[in-house]
Amino acid sequence: MSRYFTEEHEWVDVEGDTATVGITDYAQEQLGDIVFVETPDVGAELSQGDDAAVVESVKAASDVYAAVSGEVVEVNDALEDEPALVNSSAEEDGWFFRLTLTDKDELTDLMDEKAYKAFVDDL
Amino acid sequence: MQGFAVGCLLYGNLMSENNQNIGENLKQLPLGDWHRSLGARMVPFAGYEMPVQFEGVMAEHLWTRTEAGLFDVSHMGQLNLSGESAAEALEAIVPGNISALKPGKVRYTLLLAKDGGILDDLMVTNTGRNLYLVVNGATKYDDIAYMREQLPDSVTVDHAEDQPLLALQGPKAAQALNKLGIEPREPGWPVPSDLYFMEAGPFIWNGVPVGITRAGYTGEDGFEISIGAEHVEAFANALVALEEVRPIGLGARDSLRLEAGLPLYGHDMTPDVLPVEANLNFALSKARREEGNFAGADRVLAQYPDKAETKRVGLFVDGRQPAREGADIVSEDGTVIGKITSGGFSPTLQRPIAMAYVPMELSETGTAITVQQRKKQITCTVADMPFVPHNYHRKPKI
Repeated sequence: MSRYFTEEHEWVDVEGDTATVGITDYAQEQLGDIVFVETPDVGAELSQGDDAAVVESVKAASDVYAAVSGEVVEVNDALEDEPALVNSSAEEDGWFFRLTLTDKDELTDLMDEKAYKAFVDDL
Repeated sequence: MQGFAVGCLLYGNLMSENNQNIGENLKQLPLGDWHRSLGARMVPFAGYEMPVQFEGVMAEHLWTRTEAGLFDVSHMGQLNLSGESAAEALEAIVPGNISALKPGKVRYTLLLAKDGGILDDLMVTNTGRNLYLVVNGATKYDDIAYMREQLPDSVTVDHAEDQPLLALQGPKAAQALNKLGIEPREPGWPVPSDLYFMEAGPFIWNGVPVGITRAGYTGEDGFEISIGAEHVEAFANALVALEEVRPIGLGARDSLRLEAGLPLYGHDMTPDVLPVEANLNFALSKARREEGNFAGADRVLAQYPDKAETKRVGLFVDGRQPAREGADIVSEDGTVIGKITSGGFSPTLQRPIAMAYVPMELSETGTAITVQQRKKQITCTVADMPFVPHNYHRKPKI
């Protein structure tokens, strides 16, 4: 399994043709207390850059873009009852959705963990 | 719509503020470094670099509702109006009964434009020597210019520009303030904990003069404390050394005032809104309505008490997703009939709440309202405000 990162502070775990997407620990820290996550519908066809999800903190709403293109095959239902999972476990239990990749070449645009860490350190 | 990409939020809103804007155009408050040393995340607000949060909005909010929170509100404008008949003169541009305000009393009022539109909301205290005004930070320079233009030359408007202002808010605020050994500055005045809600007095702390009003913007009991810049850090340190006091950021200040049903200038009130529409009838005092001689009185009083077409109301939002400022209120056929002006998640109630302008016929408590937010419709219900009961230390009615 490989983990990729975007400049929009999302992480993408890729296993075969399936990608699991969430926001990074850095992002949840910046957003603060998360009170609601709107996940996409299962079956939705997302193109890279589309609005995929909305994450709401006490103060503000933030869109989460599709880091890669694909068809949504599963969403994290646990976030409905416990959106704070994104705060406590952003990069594990707080995942947002899974999709079947339609274009694995898009992954080459993304950063690896080391590059993302350097990117964040630079902010 | 207040939808930011995570990226936009981080760069456009929080991060870029941390990197670029801060230190360039933003002014620093006397306690800026003190906030940073306590772990605050700083953001631009009203032209200043200010703490938006310390440990987190939710925790800070709940702490203020149960203990005591210390807020730095030094961005707000503190003005002193002096001169003969300053109170009567001020009444030309506010609808409150300022000339009847006794020494030591505080009143909430509105600064009105010539057409009755709301230019600001403010607190006016009769100190016994002059009128002490606290106005919003983002509007203070415009307010001062307007007052100087509208008030006669015999009235001096003095801006205490570098004077810090702190707010200590919460059920344990009085208990905390009592531990600091604050004494009356003049014989015959009470100690701070003897003040009732909307009363004020001059005090001495550690040899330093402080002005204290028992008021605030959270719905809780509490105080606002005006103190010299050279002493504010020692005073803030003395407060946060107490177990019941923690520093609180602007994020929780906003969620607390929303729960308390208190409108925020620039959002829930603007120059396009008249007092009755803004659901602020209580700010139009009886004597002043009868006199009808304040700015815009004709337009304002034509709506009194309930003849406006729209009205600011509170909304309970169904589900868990907050309805945000800027979202439209729509009718069944999708026509835009109103707008959300403040919206967020209530930490106390653990549900989203909002303020909105809706047509008067939809302003009754219990009325169902539809909000269009992005591609989604959210159902809301008109709710009584405050959403969370006020906990003021009011003078008992005899």
